[in-house]
Amino acid sequence: MLKFPKTIALVALSLTATPALAEMYGLGRAALPEEISAWDLDVSPDGTGLPVGSGDALIGEEIFAEKCAICHGDFAEGVDNWPKLAGGMDTLDHEDPLKTVGSFWPYLSTTWDYVNRSMPFGEAQSLSNDEVYAIVAYILYSNDLVEDDFVLSNETFLDVEMPNQDGFIIDDRASTEYALWTGEPCMENCKDDVKVTMRARVLDVTPDEAGDDSATPAAAEVEEAATEDTAAEIEDVQTEAALDPALVKAGEKVFKKCKSCHQVGEGAKNRVGPVLNGVVGNAAGMVEGFKYSNPLKAAAQEGLIWDEENLTAFLAKPKKFLKGTKMSFAGLKKDGDLAAIVAYLQSVAE
Amino acid sequence: MSKTFKSKGTTRRGFLRGAAAAGAGAISASAAQAATPDPLITDVQPWAQGLGDGVDTTPYGLPSAHEGDVIRRNVEWLTADTISSINFTPIHALDGTITPQGCAFERHHSGAIDLRKDDYRLMINGLVDTPLVFTYADLERFPRENHVYFCECAANTGMEWAGAQLNGAQFTHGMIHNMEYTGVPLRTLLEEAGYDTAGKWVYVEGADASSNGRSIPMDKALDDVLVAFKANGEALRKEHGYPVRLVVPGWEGNMWIKWLRRIEVTNAAVESREETSKYTDVLANGVARKWTWEMDAKSVVTSPSPQAPITHGKGPLVITGLAWSGRGAIKRVDVSKDGGKTWETARLAKPGEKMALTRFYLDTEWDGTDMLLQSRAMDETGYVQPTKTQLRDVRGLNSIYHNNCIQTWWVHENGEAENVEVS
Repeated sequence: MLKFPKTIALVALSLTATPALAEMYGLGRAALPEEISAWDLDVSPDGTGLPVGSGDALIGEEIFAEKCAICHGDFAEGVDNWPKLAGGMDTLDHEDPLKTVGSFWPYLSTTWDYVNRSMPFGEAQSLSNDEVYAIVAYILYSNDLVEDDFVLSNETFLDVEMPNQDGFIIDDRASTEYALWTGEPCMENCKDDVKVTMRARVLDVTPDEAGDDSATPAAAEVEEAATEDTAAEIEDVQTEAALDPALVKAGEKVFKKCKSCHQVGEGAKNRVGPVLNGVVGNAAGMVEGFKYSNPLKAAAQEGLIWDEENLTAFLAKPKKFLKGTKMSFAGLKKDGDLAAIVAYLQSVAE
Repeated sequence: MSKTFKSKGTTRRGFLRGAAAAGAGAISASAAQAATPDPLITDVQPWAQGLGDGVDTTPYGLPSAHEGDVIRRNVEWLTADTISSINFTPIHALDGTITPQGCAFERHHSGAIDLRKDDYRLMINGLVDTPLVFTYADLERFPRENHVYFCECAANTGMEWAGAQLNGAQFTHGMIHNMEYTGVPLRTLLEEAGYDTAGKWVYVEGADASSNGRSIPMDKALDDVLVAFKANGEALRKEHGYPVRLVVPGWEGNMWIKWLRRIEVTNAAVESREETSKYTDVLANGVARKWTWEMDAKSVVTSPSPQAPITHGKGPLVITGLAWSGRGAIKRVDVSKDGGKTWETARLAKPGEKMALTRFYLDTEWDGTDMLLQSRAMDETGYVQPTKTQLRDVRGLNSIYHNNCIQTWWVHENGEAENVEVS
């Protein structure tokens, strides 16, 4: 137990009211250079923070197709609600402006920094510096801002002109708004007439509060029904399976495209997409805790089984096979990839 | 604050009519007569006879099972998925001002991550004498403070710019919460590292995969920004940045970096994605405002509202709501029942506090006719919450963020309410 003279205790008390100026506590430890360089990755508009490296749009296109197109589309045009990275030039003063890297982003450093630190979604900080340069070059190319042979590097970085770099002003509310809306407000006879000009219910886009509650028993019924109907079929599929190890290995490679949304194996968790352990041969919509799209729930209720045929058709053209699916993946184009991915998913049965 | 309570003028006949409309509802002084004895009183109920749960049943409690609908909700069509997304506080069902952590809105850019205190590190680098690394335990050894602040997402009410869209205060105004934070002033940590007074900014970033990062002017960083680890007395929840988040009083929620891992003193703003391509405000001429950090004064009636209709017929009615301002304390809230023709000043539950939610009540007598309910906040700067028309006149229709317009609920004779716009 510490013995405190009363005077010191009083001094300590008075300090709580007015903290001492620039008091040092000697806490923490010095950060090592390696630690700072591991975390201090941000890049500023003048290029400060850019590492050495380079890449062009042709290389970038390949990487983009593999790692980015699932959400952003092959041409950076965006899939579903995922961000569109290209287009929208001269739309900022129109209704519903399209704000892309090309039409809106004022600094190229922002794109490089964001791709480098935060992308791909679900696999951040997995890209090499050259890959980041190449992807950014491809995004610029998709916006018609550079030619396909332009090599983006730490040295050419400041040569790129961003169309909207002068399109921003610093917050001016103090001069444009505050004076207008300050003072004693009207209390009586403030308007002659009040009319309802718009009703939210016309749009009808509010989530249904009862929806979740009523959906729960229905989902449970589906699960039970599906389990009974398909038990026999599942057995068939599983006894049939004699997997080609080479094909499984190829499928594991193809699965990289799926990895940003789906997990497999021990300890797998639902992400953007459900866990895929044991999906092949099983009834659709069965993964616990995953919120499926309504079309998938409906298909599951009708007894959809992810057998090889259905899964292959779905993965070839997801949106054609299941209109309204939440899966934003565009589909696998090669038959070989399809066979491989199905084999791989069979290999991760449990 | 002047208190408006209109029952004094009501006749006895008026009271009785009110009671009839309310069915079993009783009105204070002259209670309605019950036809038959209430079995909830005359019969011995199971809970008055048997035994309840022991003290070892619930080591950490959840809300009553009968409050299962008071939960965060999301709007599926709003975002591409639920990982980089947002949900909404059920403000229509809450009262007082403190938001329970368990139903306080969440906004993630790459999901709510699980980060143990033991694995937590906070770095201060850039223009400082000594770049430092702190552990969680280090942070708890600095003198700490307690403050109540609201945190509002800049996009709160953003879906309402183009027109009335969502039926529910939760959805129109629920990107907000208000908690009592415990933490260390950012100033203390900057002084510990010996910040260079030439550095005009601090860049703060989180430990999650989105690396959400924002630039904050040094003046603000030294003023009232808090490195917080407790909220409402207990550890932060995972979804709010456990174990450590930044609290930036009065400024847009995106700057309240969760899972705070690094503070860099810089000469200039970094111009990160979150402060250029997002959280900027496109005006009608296509030019965008940036660095619109402060959340202007705003209010909303939380009940009655579309998710909280009047269920008791005419008679005494409590109209209540929340008001707040990122530029100081709320001084006054007015309520209109006729779409803004006439206004009455509401009662503040207690005097407004800086950058914190203020609860207001209008204790009134409902005559059973329809109402166009609005609330209008004023803060200590004299700023008066504008109408949507006033905002559109200055900013055009293409804004997303910082919509602090007056909200209108059309309450019908049957007590139901809907989200509308009025002339």
